[in-house]
Amino acid sequence: MNAVDFILSGMLAAATPFLLAALGELVVERAGVLNLGVEGLMALGAVIAFIVVYHGGGHMLAFAAAGLASVLLSLVFALVALGFRANQVATGLAIGILGQGLSALFGKTYESLTVKGLPKLALPGLSDLPVIGGLFVQDVVVWLSLLLTLMIWAGFAFSKTGLVLRAVGENPKAAHAIGYPVIAVRVAAIAFGGLLAGFAGAYASVVYTPLWADGMIAGRGWIAIALVVFGTWLTGRIFLGACLFGAVSLMSLAAQATGVELPSQFLSSLPYLVTIIVLGIISANKRLLKLNGVASLGEPFER
Amino acid sequence: MTPPLLSLRGLSKSYGQIRANQGIDLDVAERSIHAILGENGAGKSTLMKLIYGVETPDEGTVTWQGAPIRLTSPAEARRQGIGMVFQHFSLFETLTVVENIALVVPGKKRELIERVRTLGRDFGLEVDPLADVHALSVGERQRVEIIRCLMTDPKLIILDEPTSVLPPQSVEKLFETLKRLREGGVSILFISHKLEEIRAICDRATILRAGRVTGHVDPREHDAHDLARMMIGRDMPEITPAASVETGEKRLELIGLDHRPDDPFAVALKRVTLEVKAGEILGIAGISGNGQAELSAIISGETRLGREARDRIFMMGQDVGRLDAAARRRLGFAFVPEDRLGRGAVPELSLVLNGLLTAHPLGLLKQGLIDRAGAKAFAETCIRDFDVRTPGPEAEAGALSGGNLQKFIVGREIMLAPKLLFVAQPTWGVDIGAATAIRQRLIALRNAGMAILVVSEEIEELFEICDRIQVLHAGELSPSLVTRETRVEEIGRYMIGAQPAGHGTATSPAEVSA
Repeated sequence: MNAVDFILSGMLAAATPFLLAALGELVVERAGVLNLGVEGLMALGAVIAFIVVYHGGGHMLAFAAAGLASVLLSLVFALVALGFRANQVATGLAIGILGQGLSALFGKTYESLTVKGLPKLALPGLSDLPVIGGLFVQDVVVWLSLLLTLMIWAGFAFSKTGLVLRAVGENPKAAHAIGYPVIAVRVAAIAFGGLLAGFAGAYASVVYTPLWADGMIAGRGWIAIALVVFGTWLTGRIFLGACLFGAVSLMSLAAQATGVELPSQFLSSLPYLVTIIVLGIISANKRLLKLNGVASLGEPFER
Repeated sequence: MTPPLLSLRGLSKSYGQIRANQGIDLDVAERSIHAILGENGAGKSTLMKLIYGVETPDEGTVTWQGAPIRLTSPAEARRQGIGMVFQHFSLFETLTVVENIALVVPGKKRELIERVRTLGRDFGLEVDPLADVHALSVGERQRVEIIRCLMTDPKLIILDEPTSVLPPQSVEKLFETLKRLREGGVSILFISHKLEEIRAICDRATILRAGRVTGHVDPREHDAHDLARMMIGRDMPEITPAASVETGEKRLELIGLDHRPDDPFAVALKRVTLEVKAGEILGIAGISGNGQAELSAIISGETRLGREARDRIFMMGQDVGRLDAAARRRLGFAFVPEDRLGRGAVPELSLVLNGLLTAHPLGLLKQGLIDRAGAKAFAETCIRDFDVRTPGPEAEAGALSGGNLQKFIVGREIMLAPKLLFVAQPTWGVDIGAATAIRQRLIALRNAGMAILVVSEEIEELFEICDRIQVLHAGELSPSLVTRETRVEEIGRYMIGAQPAGHGTATSPAEVSA
């Protein structure tokens, strides 16, 4: 298997944790809330899912449990940041650290244990194509994530729910004045973000690399937050960004396979370097950020 | 006689110490246009919030179509058939017109588009349903608000200062719409402080002063003087047009300035040319949102020009394009920004410290340390000379009413004795008496040789104090018009862009300076 095949066939799976978490954060930010606790929400989801699968609960139950745990933790964020109107940045950081702490605590006795992942499903016909065939052999979660991406895009573009969410994020005072429950909409968005972060963590620990190691999320939650800005709050661009990061994160493995002489530490740090560079480039274009950005992002709402 | 549509009895609302509404009685008849008349701060906005359910009253009863009701939220008010068009619009800028409407009105997008078009035809409210709101003019946005309100099928529509954002021609169009609505069976609560408008269109008027009702009248039976007396409690101050004085050297000059801001919602300025000389007042008319904020930031120094823009903006004869706000102030420039809280003053600081912010060069610092006694004396002088109503110089700026804080900021900048004074919206939210005082002060300063630039939305104000007026529309400045030789309608044409800025009947700046 050459490097191109390797990256093409692995890219979507590598992108899935980024994609799920970033889509969740997109919904949260579109409602005008900045939740920086994604890393911790993912870590909590990851450990819960691992424990469930390890004790024979199966993948379905694992994802449900991981989603539920992260929703509960994200609701703590909602309570503090919206209920008590605490600073969203500080609250998000605290919740993130709490989630990572909990995952280390629960995962203590499972360190370095492994479980079985999920089988790959091939799309008949397409998977036999030369070169790009590998793209069409993926596990069920990847396929569902792609479907979800489409649904979220359509939701923002066509549905009333998406419209209300955008309205609340752009001008919460006006949304309140025409009778929308701003706080309730934001809490729902935060819970949805928590759910997807939990799924993202679960995918990382029981499907993508089915083993438990403390700190295994390894900054992917942060990259997901950066991806939302990278994608200028647009679903399609966030998907492309997630694929790019999925591909970059495979580079170090691909490089070893092809025998490129670069220090592995440098290759492992590539995703983070790319994040910084891309964010710098995107942020230089103030016009783009302002046009698609969320006007009330991070500001508490008071009636 | 049929019972009134809406009836209020003894409605009261307090915010802490401030009694915004006290024992308000009000009856709105079916099919009527009912004015609520009062100065800024008289309690009009609070009353509307009570009727629309944004706030709940401390005391009193509300009767709607003969039955007592409690309005606890705007959604509840809308269900009952009460709609509101806000003064500062509550539209979502990044959404389209029809998306904004879909947030309030149920229905399929295609049907909504059709209804927007139908209402537009029937009531003279034409607007493109698929346009992005941020691309619409202020008048069009107001139409969207009215359409959105109408689509909920209301019996009563509250219009909060609807004409304050419109050019004269659009006001007539709005009045035509309102009359058609009344014929269609809708009552309108029309909030305003403009007497002639109320006399032109309203069947009834309720007058508020300091939170209380001071009269229920038929406005057509009273002249503006009577109404004004009820509104301000004394006779209207006389307006004295300014006689011009000899002008001196150029203190401010903008030459063909182009500016495209980073913010995509901001207005780009195109070939802006103006000059202000010692001993004259130049007024910039126009509806806000046509580049006023961008022009103000460029003149104040908050926006600095890029390296490539040389010789575009001069103050006291010096190219200041690359100078920051502080450096421009050192040349003798002073500035009263439009938003008082945040730019004109720091809300959390006392008046003493707010005075110090721009007045420190007047010897209020000693070896870099604050001269407390001197700063306090400065603030006290400002409070006394400009009739600022406040408990004392240690009061927080944010605790003052908008009008009083404006008086303090204008006073502070005037006390700097600048060579060039730039005032944006000098009397916005200031009561009539104090507004007259500020205007007279500006004229006196001009007579003493100061160069003054005023940006204002109030045409009457500009006609009262300015020697020349230029109109800002869509980022372009009209030729300079000599106030004494210009009629309001002409300014109005420039305000809506009906007269192209480039070639008008007006005198060119060169002729004016001759």
